[in-house]
Amino acid sequence: MPPLHIKKGSNKHSAYNLRPTFSDLQEAHTITVLVENEPGVLARVIGLFSGRGYNIDSLTVAEVDHEGHLSRITIVTTGTPQVIEQIKAQLGRIVSVREVHDLTAEGSSVERELALMKVTGSGEKRVEALRLADIFRANVVDSTLESFIFQLTGAPDKIDAFADLMRPLGLVQVARTGVAALARGHAGS
Amino acid sequence: MTRQMTGAKMLVQALKDQGVDTVFGYPGGAVLPIYDEIFQQNDIQHVLVRHEQAAVHAAEGYARSTGKVGVALVTSGPGATNAVTGLTDALMDSIPIIVLSGQVPTFMIGSDAFQEADTVGITRPCTKHNWLVKDTAKLSSVIHQAFHVASSGRPGPVLVDIPKDVQFASAEYTPKPKAPVGHYQPQVKGDMETITALVEAIETAEKPVFYTGGGVINSGPAASQLLRELVEATGIPITSTLMGLGAYPASGKNWLGMLGMHGLYEANMAMHGCDLLINIGARFDDRITGRLDAFSPNSKKAHIDIDPSSINKVIKTDLPIVGDVGHVLEDLLKVWKARGRKVNREGLAKWWRRIEEWQAVKCLTYKTSETVIKPQYALQRLEALTKGMDRYITTEVGQHQMWAAQFLGFEDPHRWMTSGGLGTMGYGFPSSIGVQMAHPESLVINVAGEASWLMNMQEMGTAVQYRLPVKQFILNNERLGMVRQWQQLLHGERYSSSWSEALPDFVKLAEAFGAKGIICKDPADLDDAIMEMLNHEGPVIFDCLVEKHENCFPMIPSGEPHNKMLLGDAKATNAIAGKGAVLV
Repeated sequence: MPPLHIKKGSNKHSAYNLRPTFSDLQEAHTITVLVENEPGVLARVIGLFSGRGYNIDSLTVAEVDHEGHLSRITIVTTGTPQVIEQIKAQLGRIVSVREVHDLTAEGSSVERELALMKVTGSGEKRVEALRLADIFRANVVDSTLESFIFQLTGAPDKIDAFADLMRPLGLVQVARTGVAALARGHAGS
Repeated sequence: MTRQMTGAKMLVQALKDQGVDTVFGYPGGAVLPIYDEIFQQNDIQHVLVRHEQAAVHAAEGYARSTGKVGVALVTSGPGATNAVTGLTDALMDSIPIIVLSGQVPTFMIGSDAFQEADTVGITRPCTKHNWLVKDTAKLSSVIHQAFHVASSGRPGPVLVDIPKDVQFASAEYTPKPKAPVGHYQPQVKGDMETITALVEAIETAEKPVFYTGGGVINSGPAASQLLRELVEATGIPITSTLMGLGAYPASGKNWLGMLGMHGLYEANMAMHGCDLLINIGARFDDRITGRLDAFSPNSKKAHIDIDPSSINKVIKTDLPIVGDVGHVLEDLLKVWKARGRKVNREGLAKWWRRIEEWQAVKCLTYKTSETVIKPQYALQRLEALTKGMDRYITTEVGQHQMWAAQFLGFEDPHRWMTSGGLGTMGYGFPSSIGVQMAHPESLVINVAGEASWLMNMQEMGTAVQYRLPVKQFILNNERLGMVRQWQQLLHGERYSSSWSEALPDFVKLAEAFGAKGIICKDPADLDDAIMEMLNHEGPVIFDCLVEKHENCFPMIPSGEPHNKMLLGDAKATNAIAGKGAVLV
C-alpha cells in the first residue's frame, strides 16, 4: 500500500480524507470555483484544463453575485488524486480566481442538473413515456401530437437513468445544463 | 489631487510612479500616442530594439539582473505576437516583466482590422495574468495592479493590451497608493509546524543535501543571505539548479556545483544518495530529476515553494512548506537556533567523506589540446581573466550554456541570466543588452553559440546605437552542438541539419555594424584575445573557433537516474535507448 498523504496545517480537508496522493485510481470530483466576473475568465479556466491535459466531464458557469462581480464555475473532472490536487492548485494560481473548493473531498454536497429531452412517437410508446416521466417527476414543457419535451432536474445519475429509459421510446434530442453544486450545511464560503 | 490626462500620458505617469527608468520597445501604429508621450519626457529612457522578441528578452535581462520589474512596449498584431516567445520564457523562469501592447481602437476590435490580433487570447497561456483595458479611467489602476501581480508571489510576466482610442481619451489618473491591489495576495509565511518538522529532520539527518533554485534569487538578496547563513551554520552540502546559480557562492566550502542532466557528478550522486533532500525554491524540473521512479530513492523530501502547484506536482513531498523562501528560511533559522543548533555531526562527517570521493572523480575533466581551442578551456580562461570583476553573464541555449554553468563561478545572485525552463535560443544577446542598460558600468558578457547568437543578431544595431559595451563571446563550433550531440547519442550519428553552413565572417559583421570583431582559433592567442575584448570600450563580437565535435559531459542520459551518469566519451554512442529515446 502506498504511504498515506496527510497534509499538515491544511484546514481544507476532512481529518478522514486520508487518500494516498500518488495512486493510479481515477476519481470523479466536483470542483467549484468562485471567480471575478471579467472578460476571458472562463477562457483562463478552460485553457488551464486543455493546456495541462485535464478532463472536463461537465462545466457550468453563471454570475452569482452581480454587485461583487463574482461568477461560480462548477466543474466535474476525473483524475488520479495527484491530478485532482494539481487541478486545484493550478486553479488557485489564476489571478482572477477567488476560491477553489473540492466538494467531493470537503464533505457532503448537493449536486443538481437540469435536462430537456425531446421524445417523439405515438401510441403505446407515447403513453409509456408520459407514465415514466411522471415517476421521475419530469414536466412536459412542450407538446405536439407526435412529440414531448420533458424538463427534468436532479442529480446527474437520475438524468442518465431517465435518458436510458426514454431512448427506446423515441428520444431524439437531449440538452443538459451540467452540474451545479453547493456544499451542505450553513458555511457561506 | 485629481489629474485629468490622456491614457498615453497616464501610462507613462504610472510607469514613473512605479520607479521604471528603462523601457525596451518598438513603435508601431497602435502605440503612437504612447511614443509621443515618451518623446516629451526625460525620466524614462526608451531603448529601441530591432525586434519585439528582443525587447522582451532585454526586459527579462533587466529584471533578472536587478530584481526589479522589466518593461517592454510593443505595437498591436505582429508586435504582440513577436513578444510571445519572451513572455513564455519569462513564465517558465518566473521573471517579473510587464509587456505593454498597443491594440486597434475598441470599436474596431473583432473586425480583422489592420495589425489586429487577439493579443489577450494569444498571450493568456503564456502570461501570469493579462488585461485588455477598454476604459481610460481604469488604465492607471490596471498598470499598478500589473506591477503588483508581476512582482508578488511567484513572479511572472503580465501583459496589458491598450487600444489606441483608450490611449487618446482622457480620464482621471489614479496614483499608486490609491490603486486597488485586488485580491491577489499570495501566502508568504510558511506553516510553523512543518518548518519545525523540517528542523527536526535536519537535526538527525545523516546525509542531508540542499537543492536550491531560482526561487531563492526571486525572493530577494535577504533570502540568499539567509541561505548562506543556514548552509554555513549546518555544514550541509548544497547544490543548485541552473536557475539558482549565485544564491550560494561558487567559492563556498559546501558548494557541490550545479545538478541535473549536465550537472556535476558529486551533486547528482549526493541527490541520489541523500536521506534528507531540502528543496528550496526549485520545482523538480525534468532536467533535474531524470527518471522519476529512481529519483533520490531513499530520501525524505522537504519542499519550500511559494507556488502551491509546484508541490507534489511530479515528486511526492514529505514536508511541503508553501511560502516565500526568505520568510521560511528566517523562521527555519530561528527555530533551529532556538532548539540548540543541532546537526548530526558524525553522520555529516561521514557524508562529506563520501562526497569527497565523488568529487575526486573530477567529472569536468576534458581532453586538452594545444592546437585547437576546447570550449571548456575558453570558458576557463574567460573565468580566470574576469575573476573578481563586476561581471554579469548571459547565455544563449545549448552546449555553451551548460559549459558556462559548469566552468564559470557565480558569487552573487542576479549575476547569471540564462533561459532555463523554455530553453530559448536567441535569449542571450538581447538579455545582455537589458543587463547592460541596468548596469552601465559593469562588464556584461553573453556566452553564446554561433547558431543561437544568429537568432537575434539584429540587436547589434541596438548595442551600437546605445553604446552598450556588451561582449558577445561566441563559442563557434559551426554546429548546433547540443543537437549534434543528441544525434550522435541517439540517432546513429546521422547529423541531420545540425551544422551551421554559410556562417558570416563575424569580424566583418561586427565592423559592418560599427562594432569591433575579434577572431581567435589558437589556444596560445586566447588570453591576449580575451584581454583585447575586455579592454575594448564598445560592443565586441568575439568569434572563438572551438573544437567542432566536443560533447558536453557529464550527462544523465534521458530516462536514466542520477547514478547512471555518463562521464566522458567512452561509451557515448547510442547511449540513450528504450523509453529514454522519446524524452527530450
